[in-house]
Formats: sequence, structure tokens, C-alpha cells
Amino acid sequence: MLTIIVTGLLFLMFGKPLLQSLDVFLIQPLTNDNGLAELGVKAAPLILIGVGIALASRANIWNIGAEGQYIVGAICGGGLALAMPNTPALVLYPMMLVAGVLGGMAYGGIVALLRVQFNANEILTSLMLNYVAQLLLIYLVSGPWRDPKGFGFPQTAIFSPNAAAPVLVEGTRLHLGVVFALVVAVIGWLVLSHTILGFQLRVQGSAPRAARFAGFSDKKLVWLAMLVSGGLAGLAGLFEVSGPIGQLTTTISPGYGYTAIIVAFLGRLHPLGVVLAGLLLALSYLGGESAQIELALPSAVTGIFQGVLLFFLLACDALILYRIRGADVGRFAGLKARFVSPKVAPL
Amino acid sequence: MIVLLTNIMLSVIVTSTPLLLAATGELVVEKAGVLNLGVEGMMLVGAICGFAVALKTGSPTIGVLGGMIGGALFSLLFSVLALSFLAAQVPAGLVLTIFGSGLSALIGAAYVGISIERLPHLAIPGLSDIPIIGPILFGEDILVYISFVAVVGVSLVLRYTHVGLVLRAVGDSADAGHALGYDVIGIRYLATLFGGAMAGLAGAYMSLAYNTSWSENMTAGRGWIALALVVFSTWRPFWLIAGAYLFGSIMYMSFFLQGFGIAIPSQFVSALPYIATVVVLVIISSNKARIRMSAPACLGKPFHATS
Amino acid sequence: MPLSAAPDLTDTPLLQLSGIVKQYPGTLANDHVDLTIAPGEIHALLGENGAGKSTLVKIIYGVVKPNAGDIFWRGEKIEIASPNAARALGIGMVFQHFSLFEGLTVAENLALGMNEQRTRKQLRDEIAAIGARYGLQLDPSHNLADLSLGERQRIEIVRCLMQSPKLLIMDEPTSVLTPQEVDKLFETLRKLAAQGCSVLYISHKLNEIRALCEKATVMRHGRVVAHCDPRQETTTRLAEMMIGEMLTAPRPRLGLSPTALPCLEIDRLTIASDRKFGVDLKGVSFAVAKGQILGIAGVAGNGQTELMDALSGEVPSGKPSAVMIEGIEAGHMAPAERRALGACFVPEERNGHAAVPGMTLSDNALLSGYVRKALSKLGFINRPKTTNFAAEVIKRFDVRTTGPMSEARSLSGGNLQKFVVGREVLQDPKLLVVSQPTWGVDAGAAAAIHDALVQLAEADTAIVVISQDLDEIFSLCDSIAVIAGGVLSPVTRIADTTISDVGLLMGAAGGATETDASYRRNDAA
Repeated sequence: MLTIIVTGLLFLMFGKPLLQSLDVFLIQPLTNDNGLAELGVKAAPLILIGVGIALASRANIWNIGAEGQYIVGAICGGGLALAMPNTPALVLYPMMLVAGVLGGMAYGGIVALLRVQFNANEILTSLMLNYVAQLLLIYLVSGPWRDPKGFGFPQTAIFSPNAAAPVLVEGTRLHLGVVFALVVAVIGWLVLSHTILGFQLRVQGSAPRAARFAGFSDKKLVWLAMLVSGGLAGLAGLFEVSGPIGQLTTTISPGYGYTAIIVAFLGRLHPLGVVLAGLLLALSYLGGESAQIELALPSAVTGIFQGVLLFFLLACDALILYRIRGADVGRFAGLKARFVSPKVAPL
Repeated sequence: MIVLLTNIMLSVIVTSTPLLLAATGELVVEKAGVLNLGVEGMMLVGAICGFAVALKTGSPTIGVLGGMIGGALFSLLFSVLALSFLAAQVPAGLVLTIFGSGLSALIGAAYVGISIERLPHLAIPGLSDIPIIGPILFGEDILVYISFVAVVGVSLVLRYTHVGLVLRAVGDSADAGHALGYDVIGIRYLATLFGGAMAGLAGAYMSLAYNTSWSENMTAGRGWIALALVVFSTWRPFWLIAGAYLFGSIMYMSFFLQGFGIAIPSQFVSALPYIATVVVLVIISSNKARIRMSAPACLGKPFHATS
Repeated sequence: MPLSAAPDLTDTPLLQLSGIVKQYPGTLANDHVDLTIAPGEIHALLGENGAGKSTLVKIIYGVVKPNAGDIFWRGEKIEIASPNAARALGIGMVFQHFSLFEGLTVAENLALGMNEQRTRKQLRDEIAAIGARYGLQLDPSHNLADLSLGERQRIEIVRCLMQSPKLLIMDEPTSVLTPQEVDKLFETLRKLAAQGCSVLYISHKLNEIRALCEKATVMRHGRVVAHCDPRQETTTRLAEMMIGEMLTAPRPRLGLSPTALPCLEIDRLTIASDRKFGVDLKGVSFAVAKGQILGIAGVAGNGQTELMDALSGEVPSGKPSAVMIEGIEAGHMAPAERRALGACFVPEERNGHAAVPGMTLSDNALLSGYVRKALSKLGFINRPKTTNFAAEVIKRFDVRTTGPMSEARSLSGGNLQKFVVGREVLQDPKLLVVSQPTWGVDAGAAAAIHDALVQLAEADTAIVVISQDLDEIFSLCDSIAVIAGGVLSPVTRIADTTISDVGLLMGAAGGATETDASYRRNDAA
């Protein structure tokens, strides 16, 4: 709510009528013909990546590199699509999915390896690898993979129909990835709340020493968290290029990997909460687009909206904690454990 | 040849200075026990504020001040979240980066494509005209000198003054500091503010000296590299100079090689600084004992006076 | 300033508190507390953990502000707004948990605790002067990390003395000292009192108070329940005042069967500490038989944490043969594998190590019970079984809580400790390693925990008790070894040793700097 007010004020600062702007930003995207379908399309990658980040963050493993893992997943799956366009869809598409996941996992795995073997802080390494992945993508689409018929634009050929993500509802862009996103969220929730593995992640996050005492290996958890969140980000990338985009270009991600961090936190690091948060932030993308078209505002409005949202989320958490602390001092220490990292190793 | 060499040196200095400025600020922040991952965001805000102020006033020097103030004010956002509201420092820092890149892009939309006058170089008659040494030692812009003065100043203050001692103490054990009656939160606010001002300064350098224009996300990860530099230095100010100039050289090399049209795809060369950052981090961090001994003991831990 | 013999000054109490109230959410830490301290008096503040002693002294030192009540300093009503204000008045305090900075030098630590700044030279001279006057030698250029706990306490005391205090507050000062160091500390305190400085001495150790203090104020549940002259009272009488009930004598132990087989054998365990400022273990060897209780005594920070980590498997313990559990090489094993062999562990720190404060008791039962109690199947948690196990622990160990679904942090220290110990005891361990089993818990819980350990030993479990509390070890254990500077002394039977012998061993290493020398001496011998 506060976020809406602040964003509204920003609109005012740019000399736009308040109500109209908010209408354009938040309401109109949903009332379009296939607004809901578009919402799903935008939300799918956010949810996929967000669930992975939520699981990792539960264990205080900060994967800021989802953007890079997303790109590498897209490159791997997309490369397959370009290499064998005539393979039947039933064979090709599953192979692309696997390639996308493996690509993301491998890229996330680098971070895990560096953290586990060399103690290198995963925040910095995963972030640096984002830039490397983006440059790799630019190299590929403007170099070896460039579409010879693409008038020199840095983009690959459009994927063959065999490599296209199956569309769920005729006439919309709603694709298989949306289903995957929901399934992944449910599985994520099951793992987190009903399995020993999820228990390990939760203990590692709120009391790392207790995790060691219980006999949970923090190295295994780092690997697991990075591989899972990397794989999911890779999957999201693959869906995006095989679905709405249909080819590899230099701009296959409007910052999904970063936004998904907000999604994960907004969803309280709970996989089902991530679904709701993913939908909300997907709306901010759509709203940003329509604000750009109808109000001639820069697309950065989306970023502002997201930043303000996360700011208030963290601030509200703190205020809630303050109130609870008022009731019980001891409780405070534990409650904040999930959001307040006891260990920011080893920066 | 001499001209070429001089130009290379000058370019390396220009490339390294923003890294050094931002890293010096962050070092002070971390010495106080605070991990502010929002350097990138503060730099971007500093860059656009500096650029906008310079354009409005027509003076790049005032622009630099604007960038500094912009960065410092923006860092308050982090302080409120992480120090007053006790949010975890990692996500609070991320907020700053995400928000900063959005905010700077929004403000900067109106300034894209405009070019302005560069921050002036020092010109000491006689001295600045000496070949090679002249332009390098006496012909830089003021921020280059400030970056070195800042390193020396920070080092002296941390080591020899009571203020520096208290700052280190608060980073070593916030609880003990509080028990002795020091205002832990207040000290951390000031340190973070300083870090913000330095990051803002670094950002302003990007838009007023490194470039003379604004573009979206123009810092391209330099804020994050500055964070890595602090680890590289194992929290010793003078090592920041070595680190910043090492990375500045690598960054400049990537432009230089492209300029020569060497047959390596430019993207690979551009990726060099990022890969180098990872490699350096790995090398430094793999010595666990050393990191443990030199990192401020309270780094990243939120503090609240429970009693 | 020399002590003036003005009669009005000696009649006026140095410090007088009246009607001090401090309300914390959920607890009334101080309930109308009165306290009077005369100049030059050594005054004991006696009470159990949680009786409100620490809150009261924090009020005197300006760290905590009272909700109500008056403070008089030399007859004048004052408010102590901050530790700075307290120091300006002449109040010095040595904290139970030192307010020292590991990463700084001795001189820097001293400079931080003072109101006026001094030059390095002045500081150096003063440290030397005080060292000479009270026998408290310190090297200002040493890094704090290199000093033993006794030396660190010396820094705290010197820091106070540099302010020429009129009142010195000492909060549980002896828990980190060897018996010999305690004697030395008492000498210093008596010297100070003789020179007119009052001492407020906070402790729950009755013998010490009887030996040192001339007046005592006893607190229980936030209230003052008695004033007395501890020199005139028996230890039992003081304990009853403090606890408010009659103490029952500990259960007598059945003798150890001489033919008992070893359950845990440690052979030349040598591990470099992975903690900042940790202590390396050097060639630790011992064995524990079935049904035996071995006590490992030592001043905190002499390798106990590292030993516990190595025994539990949290840190791999060198070569496989260094740790043998039930005759099986276990040095390379992780905690879960060691549990499968029959070993259970209770680490020192309850919050965040033995238990996760933010999780339910049911989840906390799962934490260490999932192996031996088979609480999961195919990776899925068996919720009903887990909750039943937690409920059983709660019931059998009389844990005061609303049920298995309440969060660990909602329990008091004593209750959580009973839960943690109970959780391990009910896993039918063949070997139990406990560290500081009764640290910071009330007398009732401590007795219950001791009872449970004795029963377990009678059921043929081998038990290792790592403790700083010599009284605990002497009343509970069959045999004892002392750890100092990461080196473990040979094991001796309790019956064959005395507290003062043990004290000498505890002080053997002195500081980390002397550790290597003593280690070499042991080797040569």
C-alpha cells in the first residue's frame, strides 16, 4: 500500500495525473484482452527463479547470480534448438528443457564450487558471473550464432516450431512454463516443510551451528542450493526464449534474475508466497510497459516500484519485529533469524 | 611512444580512481562492522546526481559535491533499514542497488545523450608540462588526488586517532562497545554515511571524468568490484591502492586491446575484469585463516542494544 | 586524593538504591530493590541465575535505566544516564562477559574504556604504575587475542583502576579463573577495599562470598529477600536464602564396575582450531568405560569447544583411529554416523547450537533425534512420531512448556536445557558427551539434570562431562582430567585428587603464549 502511494508520488513528480497513472500502471494491464495470460507469462520466470532463490536464501546462501544462470540456461537450450531445428518436437523440446536446466545448474555450480572449495563469497562471484554470461550471450548472438538473414541485428534465427514452448491457450502466449512454475512452487513447498532436506535448509539458515551439530553438511547444502536455484533459473531462461521470445537476442531478460530476489523476499521465502509475489511483480513489468507507452515514462518506473516495494517490505518486517520484541525479548532473536542473517560468510 | 605510454598511464589512473574511491568508503563501513552491498546503487545515484548538478550549475566541481551528497543521502536508506530497523544487511544492501539503478535511470532519462564539460585537470605551470611525469603527477583532476588523500587519511584515522579506534572497536565487538557506553548505531550511521559519500564521489567521477555523459547502469558492476577490492585488501587501506590499480589496469587493457583490433572477440576482453575479480576473490579467500583474522569480527551482524 | 577521615563521609553510604524497579516485557527483573554500600566495604550481591543481579548492576553502571526508584551517591540523589556518567562518578565495572575487543591490543582496549583520552605514553606509564601497585602486570602492546581469560580479566580490572574508582562492581568474576587465580584476585580486592574503594561483588558461589565479603544482599526472583553477614552464615544457610527451599543431597552413586569395557577411546587427538582466536588441541588422549562418568575440568577457552566439536564430529577429528566409539574407528565420521554408533551430545550453547530458538520443540527433537529415533522415512519427516518423541522428552524431564509445538525460545534457560539433555538421554545413548550441563540454569533444573546423568551411568552409559564448575565435577564424576591450552592432563580418580591439585593443572598453561612451552615440557617428561 505504501509502495503504491510512493510510486504515485513519483508519477506526480513527473507531472502525470495521479489516478490515471496508477490506473495505467496497475489496473489496465489486467483488463486488456489477454492481460491475465500476459501476467502468467511474465510471472512464470519470476516464480521459477524466485522459488530457487527462496530455497537457497532459507539456508542463508545468497544467489545473486540467477540472471547469469537464466542466460546460460537460455543459451544451452536455445543452442540445441538452433543446432537441430528439424528434430521432432517431442524429442527436441524435452532435450531443450534438460539442456536449459543443466546449463543453469552448471553455472550455479561454479559458484558453489568456488564457495565450498575456495571459500569465495557467493554474492560477489555469482554477481560477477552475471556480467560474464551477458557478454557471452552478446558474443554468441552477434558472432557465431547470428542469423545470416537478420540484417546484421545481433540475434539468432527464429527457432523452428519444433522448438517452441507448447502454448496452453490458443491465441495467447500462455505457455508450458506457467504450469512448470506452479508445479515447482508446490514441490518447493513440499520439500521445505515436509522433508529432512527442507529441514536442513531451514536449520542451516536460522542456526548454522545447530545444523552442524545435527550433522548436516553445509557444503552439501551450498551445492544443493546453488544447483537447484541455478537449474530453475536456467529453466526459466529456456522457457522465455522458447516461448514469448522465440529466438536468442541480447535482451532476453528484463532483469528477471534480480527481480526474482525481490519476489523471493516478498514471498517471505515461502514457495507458495513466491507465486503471489511473482504475480505482483509481473504486474509491475506490464505496468511499466504500459506506463512507457501511454504516459511516456521511462521503463525504469518498474525498477523504482520494485525497489520501493522491497524497501517497505524490509521496513515493515522490522516494525513487526519491534512490536513483538515489545512483548517478549527472547522471541525477537529467533523471529528475525530468517531475515537477519547470522552468518554472512565469508566476505 | 612516450605520448602513448603517458596516455596509457593517464587512462589507467582515470579507470582506477572510481574503484579506489568507492572501495575506500566501503572499507570504513566494513571496519565499523557493517556490510553495505549497495555500493553499486549508491554509485549510480552519485553519478546521476553529480551529472545533473553539474549540468544545472555549469560547474563539474559543484557536480562532484552533488554526487557526494546524493550518494550519502541515498546510503541513509540502507542505514534506516539495516541499522535502525535491524533488517538483514544483505537484502538491505540489495535494495539499495536495485532501487538505485531504477531511481538513477528514472532521473537520468532526461539526461541521456547530453555531454558536458569534463572535470578540469590540474595545471601547474611548469610542473604539469614535464614529459610523462608532468601530466601524470601534476596534471590530474582533483578527485585523483582526493582518492589518494582519502586512503592515507583513512589509514591514519583508523590507526592513530580515538575516532578510528572507536570505529574499529565497534566493528570488532558491538556488544562490548555498547557496554562501555559508545553509541554503536550512531557510529555505524556515520561510517555508512561516509561510505555513501565516497561511493557517490566515485559515481560522480564516472559521469564527470571517466565519461562526460550519463547512461543507464553506467557503472557496470564497478560497485561490486569495489566490494571485492575490500576483501582483496584484507581490510588494509593501502592495499586498496594496489587492488584498484590492478583492476583499473585490467579494465583499461580490455579497451586498449579492442582499440588495437586484436582478433579476440571484444566481449571476451570486456569480461576480463569480472573474471579477474572472481579469480582474485578465490585466491584471497582460499586462505581462510587470513580472511578470518583480518575481517572485522562483527561484519554483517546486526546489533541491537538489548538491555 | 588521600582518604579523609571526615566522619560525615564514612557515615554516609557511598551508594544507596531505594525502590528500584525494572520491568522487562514478561518479567519484573527488579521489584523495589534496596541496596546500601558503605565506603571501603566489600559487599556481596547473591542470587541464582535470573534473580535480577545483573539487571541491578547494569542500572548502577548506567547501562539500563530503571522504571522507578532513586539512586543516591554519597547522599545525593542522582541519575546515572550512561556508563560514561557512571565512570565520571567513580564507578567501575568488570563484566561477566568481558567488554573487550578481540581484534585490538591491550592498550587500545584500555583506552576505549576511559572517559578522558590519554597519549600513548601516558597510557603506558599508567599501566605500569597500576601494575606495580596492585601486582597486575600487563604488556600494553600485546594483542588481546593472545591472552588467557585470567589476563583478560586483569585488563578489565586495570581499566577500572585507571579511573581511580570509588566503587568497583565485579559481575561473576571467578567463573573464568583457576582457584589460584581466584586467591590472587581476592588479595587485590582486599587491597583496594583497604584503600577505601568499595567493591560490589556479584556471585552465586557461596564459598567465595563467605571468604571475601563482609556484607551480603540476597536476591530472589527480582526481590531482595535477605541481608546478612556471610562470614557468620553457613554455606547451606546461604544457599537456602538464595534458592528459597531446602536442598536435597545429591543421589549417591553406585560404584564403577572394575571390569567395565571402554566405550570411548581418544588417541593422540591433534586438531588445529578453525575458529577465530581458537585453541588447538594437542595430543589429547583418554578413555571412558561403560558406566563411567569422566569430568573434564578447565578454565573456559582452553580447548573445550574444540574438544566438543571433535568428539561430536562437527569437526572431523584427524585420523579415523583418533576417536574410537565402541571399538569402531570414528575419527572421520560425521555427527550422524557417530550417533548411529550410539553416541549422543549436548553442546555448551543451548541457543543456536544444541537447539534452534526459532523452531518448535518438535523440530528441535528432530534436530538430533532423526538418526537414533528413525524420525524420517525416504527423506520425508514423520511428523506424528517426531512430535510424540518431543512430548515424551517434555513429560519425562518435566519441561515447563505449553507443548511440543511451542518454540524453543519461549522456554526459560533451565527448561530448555532440560529439554536438550532429555532429548539426548532418551535416545538410549551408549556414550553421552555433555558440555557445561548446568551452565546458567536454576538449582532445580541442575539437580534434575545431574540425576538424569547419574541414572544413565548406572544403565552402563559412558559419560563425559566437560565443565568449568569444579563443584559439579567433584560431586558427579568418577574421574577427572584437566584441559589447559589444548592439552589434556592424565585422567585420575576423583578420590585420588583435590580441588587445589586440579586448580594447579588448570593454571598449568597460563596463557596461549606459555602453552607451547608446557606442551614441550610434557613431551620431554
